[in-house]
Amino acid sequence: MMTGAKILIECLLEQGVDTVFGYPGGTILNVYDELYKYEGRIKHILTAHEQGASHAADGYARSTGKVGVCFVTSGPGATNITTGIATAYMDSSPVVFISCNVGEDLIGKDSFQEVDITGITMPITKCNYLVRDVNKLADIVREAFAIARSGRPGPVFIDILQNVSAQEADYTPVPQSQHFTTGRLGALMERSSHNFEAPTPDEDDIDKLVEMIRNSEKPLLICGGGVVRGRAHKEFLEFAEKIDSPVAITVMGGGGFQGRNPLTTGMVGMHGSQASNMACDGCDLLIAVGCRFSNRVALDPESFASQAKIVQIDIDRAEINKNVKTDHHIIGDAKKVLERLNSKIEQQEHDEWKKYVFSFKTETEYEEGGEALTPKQITKTIANLLPQDTIVATDVGQHQMWAIQHFHYDYPGQLLTSGGFGAMGFGLGAAIGAKVGNPEKTVIHVTGDGSFRMNCNELCTEQYYDIPVITFIFNNGVLGMVRQWQTLIKDKRYSQTNLDRGPDFVKLAEAYGLKGRRVATVVELEDAIKEAVSWGHGYVIDCAIDMDEMVKPMVAGGSHITKFIVC
Amino acid sequence: MNEIKKHTIAVLVDNEAGVLSQVSRLFSRKGYNIESLAVGTTDNPKVSRITIEVLADDDHAYLLSNQLRKLIPVHSLKLLPPEKSIRRELLLLKVKAETAEKRNEIIQIANIFRANIVDVSIGALTLAMIGDESKTEALENILKEFEVLELARTGIVALERGQETINEETKEKGEFNYGKNVL
Repeated sequence: MMTGAKILIECLLEQGVDTVFGYPGGTILNVYDELYKYEGRIKHILTAHEQGASHAADGYARSTGKVGVCFVTSGPGATNITTGIATAYMDSSPVVFISCNVGEDLIGKDSFQEVDITGITMPITKCNYLVRDVNKLADIVREAFAIARSGRPGPVFIDILQNVSAQEADYTPVPQSQHFTTGRLGALMERSSHNFEAPTPDEDDIDKLVEMIRNSEKPLLICGGGVVRGRAHKEFLEFAEKIDSPVAITVMGGGGFQGRNPLTTGMVGMHGSQASNMACDGCDLLIAVGCRFSNRVALDPESFASQAKIVQIDIDRAEINKNVKTDHHIIGDAKKVLERLNSKIEQQEHDEWKKYVFSFKTETEYEEGGEALTPKQITKTIANLLPQDTIVATDVGQHQMWAIQHFHYDYPGQLLTSGGFGAMGFGLGAAIGAKVGNPEKTVIHVTGDGSFRMNCNELCTEQYYDIPVITFIFNNGVLGMVRQWQTLIKDKRYSQTNLDRGPDFVKLAEAYGLKGRRVATVVELEDAIKEAVSWGHGYVIDCAIDMDEMVKPMVAGGSHITKFIVC
Repeated sequence: MNEIKKHTIAVLVDNEAGVLSQVSRLFSRKGYNIESLAVGTTDNPKVSRITIEVLADDDHAYLLSNQLRKLIPVHSLKLLPPEKSIRRELLLLKVKAETAEKRNEIIQIANIFRANIVDVSIGALTLAMIGDESKTEALENILKEFEVLELARTGIVALERGQETINEETKEKGEFNYGKNVL
């Protein structure tokens, strides 16, 4: 016999979990008590705020491909991670969130720190559980992990009643390989509706696409987040080279296709490159892999790729035809589908089409600012001085777009960004999680002054656990992206976007026991990066840039993809 | 925009707490008002059948179905076309009848509609009738003259005509089988 809390920890070990991010509290006391006894087998990272823990678990999951785990207490602990859950949900990141609720005798009575968190998280999780019976706990945890990582990955929430964590039940360890044949998961597998194995693509559908590719003179590939989550980058590269097609990359697709490959047209969509957006408009066959055509990519779904036959390859049936009407689709795991396609399609050549596409710019050229720092100079300097495989975690705003446009990503999990949900404050937690999961890699956090101010409290986590993340603040003293919209659309009425206020980020870093430096020139930036690297601990570099720097090009939401309002 | 019409969606789900709210929230999120909803257990007590009627165009009904199928507690789902299915609901209707003459008149109407008188009191009669909405509406309209005191409907339940069932292998299902782990 074991207590529920002990069963939970044992189940985490079954899953191979060695790191948990979280924050304790009253109702989750029993679980933390067990965690104490398991010290050395499961590492717990205590963050400053639950939101930081949720983003860290997410960053850990995205960068390692493993399932992230996050513990919080009931009530405010649980509601504090809702932003983190929604972020993971929108970007299909596998994270299991675990909280404890008040006991059975108190639930539904508006007890202290009680909240209906399974109700709250219903729309932002793949599924969630309220565990009222200790005998079901082990099975539920096994199901939760399987669901989080299978198919289209995503967050799962488990809410355990406090009394369940104290009650005892029999626990029989089950190796992960047998989870699908026993208990709840076994029963779920027997139903015809769900399957945890990546689906094998339909051969007729594959053949149809192969024929479409043969008939195409102007193909375009879109590399979406599915390539990253499915770790299908090698197959995607082979496919792109075989059909000799330009490749446009979405925000979530960063790392799915080599950013330096000559076939890359750069980012596509609202801040997409001219080459990408013109190719979208001019192609006769558009193959989107793991891309849901969000309103930041297909700005106007009606006119999007209007001359093309659109083909969608996705693991999620519900994404087909959701945002853009397609002509053909293949349901399946990106890796498997691309493998099948690669085995069937012969080498194609599209020199003329490529010549046309690459006559447009794949990256915006910014004016060199001389001494003063420009966004591009910052990214260039960083790229020159840090290793090529550096993991980049961003927040949300202008700096995010610059980081995606100007760094080149080579492998899945190298770029960590809140693409779907757009949660400012994501970056620092994600960077911490990524560094914990990838201690051998350099991890940087690219942020803006607005985003950084939101969750900079996690600097204390960096300091306490000595997680050496280098933070680069693109500090323009304004809420840059919103200001850019105000400049372009609202006649320069800068309503509430002036962030000309404290704190002094260098002093803040120092207050947390870290180092920082404010830089205004390329030389100063180089010095600061060198110092950060040689110091080897958390470091904040506050880069002063002009408040009127814009992300270019830009197409307004809802308009035709080639209608650039700035380029 | 395609033509908006009434769609009947039958869903088999786990008979567990919270499943109904998971299903119904998908409709509210998209701004669809559920016209009718009926829930009950099936021959398997662990499985409930939810029958939902919603006004939508074909594309949206299809997208909603796809979203519903993704839910873990959903076993199977089928869009039931009206011409190929039997749709029924139970109507309970309390109508004012203060005189013997009125009572007789109402009983006659009830007979024509094959409705049953399930309760009689000095001031009122209560009728029960099974039918699809056109029949229940017709009865309701006629009885308006007598002043309807209260009315309750169960919501439509539906089954496909012929041998086919919700679990039948269909073309749509076949497509799901190779893409079914849309978890």
